[in-house]
Amino acid sequence: MSDWSAWLVVWPVAIPLMGAALAVALWGRERTQITIGVLAVALQFIASLALLQHVWVHGPLAMAMGGWSAPFGIALAADTLGAGLTVVASAVALVILVYSVADTRADHWKAGLVPLLLALMMGVAGAFLTADIFNLYVWFEVTLISSFGLIVMGGRREQLDGAVKYAFLNLLATTILLIAIALLYGMTGTLSIADLSGKVAALPDDPPVETVALLFLVSLGMKAALFPLHFWLPAAYHTPLPTVSAIFAALLTKVGVYSLMRVFMVVFPDSAEIARDVMIWVAVATMILGALGALAETDIRRVISYTVVSGVGVMVGGLAIGTETALLGTTFYVIHSIVISAALFMAAGMIARAGGGTRIADLAGLYKGSPFLAVAFLIAGLSLAGVPPLAGFWPKVYLVQAGLEVGAYGIVAGVLISGFLTLVLVGRTFALVFWREAPEGARAIGPDGGPVLKGALAVLVVATFVIGIYSAPVVDLSLRAAGDLLTPAAYIEAVLGLPQEAANLGASGTEARP
Amino acid sequence: METTLAVLVGALFAISVYLLLSSSLIRLILGVFVLGNATHLLIFVTGRLTRESPPLIDSGLKVAEAGIANPLPQALILTAIVISFSLFAFLLVLSYRAYQSLGTIDTDEMRVAEPESGTPAMRGRDV
Repeated sequence: MSDWSAWLVVWPVAIPLMGAALAVALWGRERTQITIGVLAVALQFIASLALLQHVWVHGPLAMAMGGWSAPFGIALAADTLGAGLTVVASAVALVILVYSVADTRADHWKAGLVPLLLALMMGVAGAFLTADIFNLYVWFEVTLISSFGLIVMGGRREQLDGAVKYAFLNLLATTILLIAIALLYGMTGTLSIADLSGKVAALPDDPPVETVALLFLVSLGMKAALFPLHFWLPAAYHTPLPTVSAIFAALLTKVGVYSLMRVFMVVFPDSAEIARDVMIWVAVATMILGALGALAETDIRRVISYTVVSGVGVMVGGLAIGTETALLGTTFYVIHSIVISAALFMAAGMIARAGGGTRIADLAGLYKGSPFLAVAFLIAGLSLAGVPPLAGFWPKVYLVQAGLEVGAYGIVAGVLISGFLTLVLVGRTFALVFWREAPEGARAIGPDGGPVLKGALAVLVVATFVIGIYSAPVVDLSLRAAGDLLTPAAYIEAVLGLPQEAANLGASGTEARP
Repeated sequence: METTLAVLVGALFAISVYLLLSSSLIRLILGVFVLGNATHLLIFVTGRLTRESPPLIDSGLKVAEAGIANPLPQALILTAIVISFSLFAFLLVLSYRAYQSLGTIDTDEMRVAEPESGTPAMRGRDV
């Protein structure tokens, strides 16, 4: 009757949903919940791999939910970028979850860590795979509401303080996103991203389009933590459990960056000049001020939070340039940043175990207690700074090359200066935390955690090393993703040209629109 | 009709921005609430207002004749109301818990997570 392969695009969203529902049903049985969590994320990873393989061979894939074909109904659609990021996100989430099994205390599992994590993964995959812009807002809210639950888990005073700022500012950002979507709908009468692509280009006058594009930049930029809208991130990301910090830093800002890429490359491909000009300078400021902010911080988790902000600037800088090489660099950097942000926050969790805190002033001489942690932190940090041959080096090469080609010297300077500042930062942090000799009478260095924690961190550190040495597959993937964004014809055709029959195949209950 | 509602939406946005600029958590909560409602009304207006023409399709027709009320914005608003209501409930609980444990509702005084550092970062032995 029809094409069962279209179901591939549903599973990365549906599996975590089913896992979350099952985990809620089994409330109180933490061990079973943990098993379900690990299984669900592993299955999500496998499903997204299958999806990526299909997209790689056959091109973009779409499926209409509930049999309402686009542009009237909601479709899920995957191109190389969406499918590729789902693969990387679920892989890193799996590693973080394994880390969490050894790291998280029993009372936090009792509080529902597994269902919330799975709901978060559903929201992230949904945002990567949706082809409807209102649906994108819904996935943002799914992610947001589960992240609220995660960030206050533990209930310490500083967590509540961080959560207040995180909650208000993120809620404001999604509301602004909703305003932008409403205005866009008012102008075009459609919500399907593929349909918008043509209709926005056909709009007669520019000022309203520019306004809506700027509203998208503000709201998604706030989600991605672009300067000067980034203040919620360093206010909150250092407070929750190490697991939660790792998964937030790895995924949430990247969903914002992905949405910026989708909106500005597919919905506003040729318009939004003002927003693009603003984006260049905002990106440069984010890169440099993020790195400077990190240098000024005294808490190791806050240092890492600021480096996440700096990385967002690098990614958005590539988007602002918008050529094929630049988008290749941006996509590569998103993948690199997902891996490395998770690795650094996991390392910070282990440093806190070994050193008894996260204030750099209190930490010293950890090299003696844990040479493994020292080496892992150093490799992750050098990759973050972009030292060859690690993974962080290549995207910066492409971005600098792209910037020189089109004469965007601001971006080139920003990437190089922020890389230099990050290198200084990593060297200084490493020297203080690991090399400095502990003063007399200092607290003894504790154990840094068991083999599971070390193994999980090692997987990510080895990954950043291997991607650096053998970067061809990631470059191919990013190049194809950049091509899909620049010529979205295949994506648009996949969404709009859905045969009625395939559309009738079926509803999956993953949609939130009543 | 659209113009009247557009002015109303603008007034609600102005009120919510004024409230959101405050440092009191209570005013922030109210500001978020007004902002949400202004947005819902905005979605409603962007769907165009057509009076007394229900979104029904005559039997025998596949597509409605022109001029019916647009049902989609109402579905969108319903979704947005459900979401913003649940988030609003969460914000209320969060703010109350924050007041209980931090002892203040003034955001300027909420500095537990970001202490104003008097300690230099690298006190202790030089490297």
